[in-house]
Amino acid sequence: MSSARQGGFWLRLFSLIRKETRQLLRDKSNLMIGIGLPIVLILIFGYGVSLDVRNIRLALVLDDHSPVGQDFVSGLTLSRYFEPLSADSMVDAEQMMKVGTVEGILHLSSDFARQLSAGHAQVQLIVSGTEAPRAGPIVNYLNTQVALWQQKRADRAGIDPSSGARVELVERIWFNDANTSTWFLVPGLIVLIMTLVGTFLTALVMAREWERGTLEALFVTPVRPTEVLLAKVTPYFGVGMLGLALCMIAGRVLFDVPINGSLPVLLFASMLYLLVALGIGLLISSATKNQFLASQIAILASFLPALMLSGFVFDLRNLPIGIQVISYALPATYFIELIRTLFLAGNFWPLIIKDCLILGAYAVVLLSLARVVTRKRLD
Amino acid sequence: MNRPELAIEARTVHKSFRDKQTGKTEDALKSVDLQIPMGSLTALVGPDGAGKTTLLRLCAGLMRPDQGELKVLGIDVAQHPQPVQDRISYMPQRFGLYEDLSVQENLDLYADLHGVPAADRIERYRRLLHMTDLARFTERPAGKLSGGMKQKLGLACTLVRSPDLLLLDEPTVGVDPLSRRELWQIIQQLVEEESLSVVVSTAYLDEASRCDEVYVLHEGELLAQGTPDLLCERALGCCFTAVPGKGESPRQLQSRLIDHPDLIVDAVPHGGEVRFVTQANVTQEALEPLLRGARTQAVPPQLEDGFMVLLRKRLGAASPDVDSLERQRSIAGPPDEVVIEVRDLVRTFGDFTAVASTSFDVRRGEIFGLLGPNGAGKTTTFRMLCGLLPSSSGFLQVAGVNLRTARASARRRIGYVSQKFSLYGNLTVLENLRFFGGAYGLHGKRLSARIVQVMEQFDLSGQARTRSGELPGGFKQRLAMAAGLIHEPEILFLDEPTSGADPLARRAFWRRITALAEGGTTIIITTHFMEEAEYCDRIMIQDAGKRLAMGTPQQVRELVSTADPAQGRLSMEDTFIGIVEHSRNGSAGHSEVNP
Repeated sequence: MSSARQGGFWLRLFSLIRKETRQLLRDKSNLMIGIGLPIVLILIFGYGVSLDVRNIRLALVLDDHSPVGQDFVSGLTLSRYFEPLSADSMVDAEQMMKVGTVEGILHLSSDFARQLSAGHAQVQLIVSGTEAPRAGPIVNYLNTQVALWQQKRADRAGIDPSSGARVELVERIWFNDANTSTWFLVPGLIVLIMTLVGTFLTALVMAREWERGTLEALFVTPVRPTEVLLAKVTPYFGVGMLGLALCMIAGRVLFDVPINGSLPVLLFASMLYLLVALGIGLLISSATKNQFLASQIAILASFLPALMLSGFVFDLRNLPIGIQVISYALPATYFIELIRTLFLAGNFWPLIIKDCLILGAYAVVLLSLARVVTRKRLD
Repeated sequence: MNRPELAIEARTVHKSFRDKQTGKTEDALKSVDLQIPMGSLTALVGPDGAGKTTLLRLCAGLMRPDQGELKVLGIDVAQHPQPVQDRISYMPQRFGLYEDLSVQENLDLYADLHGVPAADRIERYRRLLHMTDLARFTERPAGKLSGGMKQKLGLACTLVRSPDLLLLDEPTVGVDPLSRRELWQIIQQLVEEESLSVVVSTAYLDEASRCDEVYVLHEGELLAQGTPDLLCERALGCCFTAVPGKGESPRQLQSRLIDHPDLIVDAVPHGGEVRFVTQANVTQEALEPLLRGARTQAVPPQLEDGFMVLLRKRLGAASPDVDSLERQRSIAGPPDEVVIEVRDLVRTFGDFTAVASTSFDVRRGEIFGLLGPNGAGKTTTFRMLCGLLPSSSGFLQVAGVNLRTARASARRRIGYVSQKFSLYGNLTVLENLRFFGGAYGLHGKRLSARIVQVMEQFDLSGQARTRSGELPGGFKQRLAMAAGLIHEPEILFLDEPTSGADPLARRAFWRRITALAEGGTTIIITTHFMEEAEYCDRIMIQDAGKRLAMGTPQQVRELVSTADPAQGRLSMEDTFIGIVEHSRNGSAGHSEVNP
């Protein structure tokens, strides 16, 4: 009998993994969270950012009352994209932006006409970054608008626009110095989706077994706790990697996000983070043994912090010190830092090694804890 | 490997649990000593909360005793649970079948986990599937099996190999008599063929009497142990049946007997007679005022009789004060008036017919029992009567109205006690009663007076400020009854109110019910305990949505003709099984679940 027990590890593990996979595939709600939700998130975050931006409320500060200046802004007032409001001074305009009446300020200095005739005029544009997804397009529209105006002016004068006087838009985005964009969001999305699949789904499925009493029967067999955990982790690891693949494909195909760093390093780092997320999920479910509690805690303790405190949306440098401490305790923070660098900047080895080591340590500690906490005991 | 002499050996095993919310510790097992030999079929008997499940979990290595020593198969299970778990099989009360996996996949999983060689599987599966009658359903997801079939599959999963010790925790709880009998046939067959050692916990004493040895647990203590015959002997010479005199129903005689705990240990209606157990050394003359000329006959004791003697000795009298319930004649109207009328009632869910063209009447003051196997349509019928579910077609009137469409005022005329006792666990007893009273439109002095009354009637007085979630099971049931009756309804609906209750609590429950019926309240009740049908004036047996039989318990019993008159009076359970099986065999190709 004891020889059968020795060889039983692989048989039991294989059998448990097959069971988990079957359950995963048959339970539509798991698939919805594992695959449906990532797709929805990609579309919301991806297209939510690049949706058409209209009705831009723009404060106009015209210190130059010359005909040229009037002509410059008339293009804007007629555009369907803008709702211009004139302001008497920059002080007034800033006040309007602070209270949210306008989203941007266009400032023509008193010597605009003179600058233009000298061949190079500067127009100041200040855009509020509070609604980050609108800031980028606003700047783009105005640039287009300026280029159009120049084109028309050159046409009328009958000269080559490239040789004529140039208007330069000097733009600044206030209240959010890291201008969020699709490129910036897609790597962050990967973190969110892996947290969701790793922590939320795993916490749920393990807690479900506790709740339905299926573990009670399972425990009184030759099965070992390690085998139960490994079998839980394996299929959800697969689902997490599928989520990663979905995000990468969407990033490349739909949003043209570059992958400047090495793909193998990116995959390796993602696996490490997925193990961390799975470890948290297993810990939560072992501690609560209740699906409802497990899902609440998984959302509050992993998904929301990963969304808000990891630097996914808000820049960490702007956070108060106390919250920064929490942020830097989150594994998601390191993964976001690492994956953004890999996507957008390239292979920066000191950072890769540092973050991988941190994530690896988290994975080892959390999974070991999950193993220690999962005992074949009911009391 | 040398085989140990004892399957389980417990020395002063103690286990207590701390309630996380109240911080109180409760003893689940108090210094229990056990010696269960190998190769025997042993029963752990006791009401809910006796410690049966805790004891089995300790033996399975899922918990550790706080004190004492526990050896399973000669191994100290607290120190070395894994070697024990490698050799035993354990079926918990709610067996953890994976509901999205098919019957075959569940079996395969357990066979893999137990390392059953592929060569042995074919024969083992064939045998298990044959015994459990599941061979037709191997591809069906376990979640789509009926309750009884799930239980059989759970048993099959624990038996994918022949274990050195089999632990079964209430394998028949919530299972209808038919499935119950089939499960026991499987267990007994395996015990004989493979000389298995089995320890089974149960609340049914007839199941315990099939075992070699019985251990009686009560509130964590071992009350008695021995062979079923030995336990029966405690009631030797004290068991009688009495035929009620003219103009008296068995229920009335039974009520009178059980109201005298100084003379009578136990009395139950049985087949038109009353079966009773007297206290030791009670003379026939002393009984005469109670029997009022009813003919008596001495009968051999059964395990339940011995068990009742034990419990009474331990707990003293527990007969409730029912005078005020009987006096409570709140209902105006002629006594034989039809208060529930059902004609050709049908309920379908998609293409599944849960209730097929059913008709019956219930008269004022009747106790009407709905009986049937799992999935027979009892609960669906019940819900339609209470107005919780619309009927697909047919005519339905309760207290002159259809409750589905009736105004709230009409609904006040019924009371409903659901299976799970819908009480608010974090409200106190008083707050619950006040809430339910208010919900039925009682207020002010009238509500206060009713609360005092029901607290007295249901023996809740000492517990007014206790949160209902912290009450023991028996109290919860009484509180649920009190809440259902606070507005003095004409008709009371009870959905399996006695499941999980110990025999003493059940006697007290039925004493109150019979008192209510005396007072004119109409009672509709479903139950899994077939012997409780004897308390009913009339019963209806349903299976697969169809009405199979209806009438007084005696009339229904007579439908099943016994070829052998020497067999005597059929028990209600045998009657039930006879009727259901007859109907199933009659309709060709019919199966327990609908395809």
